[in-house]
Amino acid sequence: MAAVYSLFIINKSGGLIFYKDYGSSGRMDTNDSLRVASLWHSMHAISQQLSPTVGCSGIELLEADTFDLHCFQSLTGTKFFVVSEPGTQHMEALLKVIYELYTDYVLKNPFYEMEMPIRCELFDLNLSQAVQKDRVALLGR
Amino acid sequence: MIGVGKAKQYSNVLDKPLSKGKQEVSLSAFSFLFSELVQYNQTQVDNIAELERRLEDAGYSVGARVLELLCHREKGNRRETRLLGILSFVHSTVWKVLFGKVADSLEKGTEHEDEYMISEKELLVNRFISIPKDMGTFNCGAFVAGIVRGVLDGAGFPAVVTAHFVPVEGQQRPRTTILIKFAEEVLRREARLG
Repeated sequence: MAAVYSLFIINKSGGLIFYKDYGSSGRMDTNDSLRVASLWHSMHAISQQLSPTVGCSGIELLEADTFDLHCFQSLTGTKFFVVSEPGTQHMEALLKVIYELYTDYVLKNPFYEMEMPIRCELFDLNLSQAVQKDRVALLGR
Repeated sequence: MIGVGKAKQYSNVLDKPLSKGKQEVSLSAFSFLFSELVQYNQTQVDNIAELERRLEDAGYSVGARVLELLCHREKGNRRETRLLGILSFVHSTVWKVLFGKVADSLEKGTEHEDEYMISEKELLVNRFISIPKDMGTFNCGAFVAGIVRGVLDGAGFPAVVTAHFVPVEGQQRPRTTILIKFAEEVLRREARLG
């Protein structure tokens, strides 16, 4: 059973720049993934405004019956979020790792254009390794 | 008047010991700078061959300076005059100063007498770079090839140096090979020296 269902990265204006699904559950077609991405972007922004706490940085975790959605927003407004099995642990740490991979293999790549869809071989490679490692760690427990 | 005091301190610049150099710099800072270098050059050219040439030229000036510095710092103002000597100087001394390690391998070309290859599993400049499919065989190692050419040319071994991706069996990522093709005169001189 896959712990991580899918991963999204959205740019600061809410456009989907990276989408990948792992395993069979929650698979989406291109239109749906784009819709989820921009929907999440708006919900995140609204939650920031509605929150009673001062200086709220938006939703970090959405718990539903069939999935958990963990979100991490970088300082520049790029959002990373994973949809996972309910109750999956250490997703924050995984998101940090993914952010690190993004800064290394996407931002330091001279052929990447900011805010555009990510098509970097090294990023894909290291990402699948990171998720794989995470999955192995989960199975081991 | 800035610097007057300093100049007095070392009345003769040759008395001043040569600094050992900064041993390490931030990889991230270097990667961003290199990325900008590539991006800038990309705006100045209209084809990939031209981009490769520009990167090589940028490396050439680094190589020329590195040769000068290292001959003075590491070799007591002497430089290699033999082919194998200069090649191992590039492979070990230059590589160590620039990339913090000796190059993975130095081989002689099997087909041609005048070809030598320095191979790296993961070239430092390529660490974070993914080449888009539409750029074909382009390799940012052209910059490193330029450095090698700069060192060799400065030492009196004119050569054509190019960088290539070479797929390795059982590995997802190809390695980078720096191919060095020496000019005819170099080999003639080498033969004469015996």
